[in-house]
Amino acid sequence: MKSTALLTLALVAGLGLAIGARQQPPPPQQPTDVATTISGEGSGTPPRFAVPPFISLSSDAETTAIARTIGDVLWDDLNFEREFAFIPRDVYATIPAAKSFDDVPFDRWRELNADGVVVGTVQKLGTGFQIQVRLFDVRQKRQVFGKEYSGSSNARLYAHTISDDIHLQQRALRGVARTKLAFDSDRDGERMSGTVESRGVKEIYTADYDGENQRRVTTNRTLNINPAWSPDARSLAYTSYRRGPPSIFVSHIYDGIFEEVTKGVGESWLPAWSPDGTRVAFTSTRDGNSEIYVANRDGSNVRRITNNPAIDSTPTWAPSGTQIAFTSDRSGSPQIYLVAADGLGAVQRLTSESYADRPTWSPAPYNEIAFASRNGPGFDIKIIDVATRAVKQLTFGEGSNESPSYAPNGRHLAFMSTRAGKAQIFTITRDGRNLKQVTRTGNNYQPDWSR
Amino acid sequence: MSIAKPALFVLMAATVVALGCGGKKPPVARPLPPPPPVASATPPAPTTARPPAPPRPSVEPTTVPPEPVRDDAIASATLDELNRNSPLRPVFFALDSAEIDPAAKAVLDANAPLMKRYPGWVVTIEGHCDERGTAEYNLALGERRAIAARTYLVSLGIPADRLKTVSYGKEFPFDPGHDDGAWAKNRRAHFVITAK
Repeated sequence: MKSTALLTLALVAGLGLAIGARQQPPPPQQPTDVATTISGEGSGTPPRFAVPPFISLSSDAETTAIARTIGDVLWDDLNFEREFAFIPRDVYATIPAAKSFDDVPFDRWRELNADGVVVGTVQKLGTGFQIQVRLFDVRQKRQVFGKEYSGSSNARLYAHTISDDIHLQQRALRGVARTKLAFDSDRDGERMSGTVESRGVKEIYTADYDGENQRRVTTNRTLNINPAWSPDARSLAYTSYRRGPPSIFVSHIYDGIFEEVTKGVGESWLPAWSPDGTRVAFTSTRDGNSEIYVANRDGSNVRRITNNPAIDSTPTWAPSGTQIAFTSDRSGSPQIYLVAADGLGAVQRLTSESYADRPTWSPAPYNEIAFASRNGPGFDIKIIDVATRAVKQLTFGEGSNESPSYAPNGRHLAFMSTRAGKAQIFTITRDGRNLKQVTRTGNNYQPDWSR
Repeated sequence: MSIAKPALFVLMAATVVALGCGGKKPPVARPLPPPPPVASATPPAPTTARPPAPPRPSVEPTTVPPEPVRDDAIASATLDELNRNSPLRPVFFALDSAEIDPAAKAVLDANAPLMKRYPGWVVTIEGHCDERGTAEYNLALGERRAIAARTYLVSLGIPADRLKTVSYGKEFPFDPGHDDGAWAKNRRAHFVITAK
């Protein structure tokens, strides 16, 4: 049932790069039993880092540009998780620039209260670049992290990889610098054909987590909405009206093929992958009313999970795969409910809002569900703790805010907001800080953050 | 693609049946369905599968309708012309509701005789919502509105297989405004004639 189709071609080129990294042997003078993580001045104070521009070991323009980009992007990537404080970039010029790893001016960085400094070199090789990165403990004047990277000419991807490695080594944190956002957008201004009213299309797009590198995935010029990354981040499930009625499709973006999960049966929308990637939950009216169904990812073995004359919609899986949260208006207004993933057992009501929809279950270690809550004219993003039912609010009426989606480490959410005029994708920490706009072209909706 | 396979399967099944019959005794006596009034149930595609000649003699779906008079502007209009100035009026709904209220009933009561008069029409009922619901929930609410309109039309005697539904949630507002007037126009079931 797989039908080959030219998906967006170029996706493969930029997305699937693997960068070879290998641990550098520590300098000989370094004893092996000392701490290799840098801490801040006092307890609870994040360490202060400096990330000066990477050192270009050759003077050609390309290498110089790559060195500058890696330094800039790495600064942003490391800043994103708020695990480190940073010496502002505009004071770096007051420090003599290192020419190699051997002349890092530790005393000068120390004067600026730096606890750590990331020093990198970029060398042009025959086919690409070789990047060496060392993180130094400024007080000890000693390397605590060192790695060499090669195999790509993508400066941003080098920076993202380095950031994830440093977060993992220094803070035991899984960074998200190499993750992606999917969303739907009307940015290309194309119109549906064959309708009497003029109707704009929506297509699925992807971007890096920071909004860079935006690419179009679908090209069928109908409505394509509700994108959802497979857990391996190699496929996107979404709702498409390409055949007329809304149906669930899966695009394998690196293979350039797509298939239909719902096999032409009825109307279906809002796919959600099971955490192990083997199944897809979705909403369908195939039996005459909106209910939740679960099918294998190839569309086989369809099983109905809910059975209620009210609307049941918008499923999301618990990270364990044993429960599904969904929206139902069985109480008279849309609220979030829980049910076992096999549909057996009692349905529990979770929220008591005036109107709640688009539940999105957080990844572990958090056990909470983000959702959109009606605040009068529009919606705000709220989070409910599944165990205690405590609710906290992330947005406060700045435009309408819908469709929250968690970063894979649970520390940020992406969502749609109209606060900047049009509908755009924003990211925010799970405690409501560090709001960042990641799309700016056209209207953009329903973000989904890759694992 | 996915549509093609079941259709193919049906076709193959029909062929097998035909061959099976033909191999043993060619003309098995089978009661023929009474030709004339069954037309409404046959429009889809039985004509494309052509098994044995005898079973379905009447290929009449287009001819059966009680011919409207020739100067009928509606009968002679193309689908595009029909939908641009549709004789089927849309029905409107209250906020968060899919209830067919008396005003909506009156509209559907007027739409139903037209659909009876032109029995070749196949109509898609589009369910739409205003922007005050979420994009996700509105997909289900729009569907519920389309189904509510369909159910009422069926209760008036319109065959269910002439009425398809599709929900567009809040994706296609009729009025792009952000006020009560616009929202009221956007909470609608809209009728599109897709075959005549």
